[in-house]
Amino acid sequence: MNKGTGLRVYAIGYLIFLYAPIILLPMFAFNDSKVIAFPLTGFTTHWFSVMWEDEQLFKSLKNSLIISGSTSILATTLGIFAARASTRYRFPYKGSLIGLIMLPLVLPEMIVAMSLLVVLLSIGIPLSIFTIILGHVLICTPFAVAILSSAFQSLDKSLEEAAYDLGETAVSTFRLIILPLVMPGIVSSLLICFTISLDEFIIAYFLGGTDTPLSAYIYGQFRFPAKVPAMLALGTILVLVSISLLATAEYFRRRGLARTGAKDTGGFL
Amino acid sequence: MNDKSTIPRSDMIEFRDVHKYYGDYHALRGITATIRAGEFFSLLGPSGCGKTTLLRTIAGFEGISSGAVLIDGKDMAKVPANVRPTNMVFQSYAIFPHLTVEQNVGFGLRKDPMSAAAKARAVADALEMVGLKGYGARAAHALSGGQRQRVALARALILKPKVLLLDEPLSALDKKMREQMQVELIRLQRQVGITFILVTHDQEEALVMSDRIAVMFEGEIAQLADPETLYRRPNSKKVADFIGTMNFLPAQILSEDGGKVEVEAQGFGRLTLDAGQCMGTPGGAPMVGFRPETLTILFDGQTATDRESMATVAEVVYYGDMTYYDITFDGTTAPMRISMRNVFGRPVLDIGTRTRVAWSPGALVLFR
Repeated sequence: MNKGTGLRVYAIGYLIFLYAPIILLPMFAFNDSKVIAFPLTGFTTHWFSVMWEDEQLFKSLKNSLIISGSTSILATTLGIFAARASTRYRFPYKGSLIGLIMLPLVLPEMIVAMSLLVVLLSIGIPLSIFTIILGHVLICTPFAVAILSSAFQSLDKSLEEAAYDLGETAVSTFRLIILPLVMPGIVSSLLICFTISLDEFIIAYFLGGTDTPLSAYIYGQFRFPAKVPAMLALGTILVLVSISLLATAEYFRRRGLARTGAKDTGGFL
Repeated sequence: MNDKSTIPRSDMIEFRDVHKYYGDYHALRGITATIRAGEFFSLLGPSGCGKTTLLRTIAGFEGISSGAVLIDGKDMAKVPANVRPTNMVFQSYAIFPHLTVEQNVGFGLRKDPMSAAAKARAVADALEMVGLKGYGARAAHALSGGQRQRVALARALILKPKVLLLDEPLSALDKKMREQMQVELIRLQRQVGITFILVTHDQEEALVMSDRIAVMFEGEIAQLADPETLYRRPNSKKVADFIGTMNFLPAQILSEDGGKVEVEAQGFGRLTLDAGQCMGTPGGAPMVGFRPETLTILFDGQTATDRESMATVAEVVYYGDMTYYDITFDGTTAPMRISMRNVFGRPVLDIGTRTRVAWSPGALVLFR
């Protein structure tokens, strides 16, 4: 037996454990039975049409898209400011301030959700999509800051000085030089914040009120066994959408790298 | 060296008692100097001496704590970097990696009202000037170090600045490329006639390229002079040590009489120096200094034209075209370095050889 075999078996086992449940998703989504169990009984696209006719689902999907879209834009915008400040300027208590921004990364989400709920209720803000966005921006901003900081860090300071030296203003330098060069970072930040927000459950469940986003809706549907296959159909579509989203982002990231001749230091795929 | 020094020139840059603090750190300690229009000026010094900081105060990237920086007679205190009549070539070249060579070179013309055709012509001219004709459409990141350097030069010169600032532009190049670029920079400076200000820690580079050099230590200008004066008549031991090699022998000042100074130097004996050869103010431990090439080992049949002393060879370093000898003068202990050109038929001496050494008081410098 050669040296690598044990590790190879471990790696394959690991990958099966990781991905087999996801493969089960489309399997049962196309299975002609309400019961989620082997053996498979036949092929059908019935569950997709059931899903398609579910008005409640589209409402929650719309809610989710509004929440994730706003969250990714807001968190990335805040992230740009924070990353720029932390990589370029020195100011008092910088370490502690950045630490505070990054804190939600390690804070249990349950705690964040509960405290936000208490605060919002006590100051009388009604629960809605808006309050979910608030919570999601809080937990997504640290990810945005982390991703964008590395993008800003790799930016040579003399590039900005050169543009300024050649007659540009601070604003036009940002637009013509900094923005194009950190764009791959901005795209990854938008994408990752969108994904985190989309499948976040605890905050969405606690702060949602009557506007249920997709994650909370799916959880709710699982209480009714008859609804489960349609949810699996939805899950199948979500998996495909995620993969194509990541692939697109990776394509743009690689194209950006090729254009600037930078070294590839690893991406999503 | 060129002959522009004979043409009367106005001052382009003026530093008036410039101080710069970073918190408690005193980076520039009262710089007062002028840089003439059209000269190739170098700021030379070890790292951390403030030379780059001083350059950046001209560009406007660095504010000053007190004093004034004037460009072409105008106080720059309230003039931001993007409107100053200076352009900079950065140490890292700072070529915009997402743009082509053409877009990089033409970057500064973006707001210029001239027509697109005129801009294209200006870019082509600038590229030709730096020897990159036909490279315009290339991606900037696909260039070699030397080519990036040229793009950076073209990009800065296309705006026809009054002053071109060069922040250690050659330090990232290999030796051969560096020597080639030195010559090209000199040629370019003569061609465009713009004031060039170069920051470097390489004394040889400064000597080769500059009309005048300011040697800086710890935030102060130690000496500002043309290369020859700097090399032959350094005004302190520190400057002498930083530029080339200088040997020092302890001496005693016997008398000072107007223009003449009488000195008793170990190994050399009693000699008389002009006041112009005497640096510093009296008070320290006096030393006479001399450069390795100002002394000559005398072989059989040769006689000294001026003075000669006896010495013993302590070390021999053979360099092909040159041989460096460390010799010890009779009556001294510290070895002195002498360089001799290897001429056909002249033997290389062995360690321990007794030899006569010819020297001349005119080549000595006294540090008081």
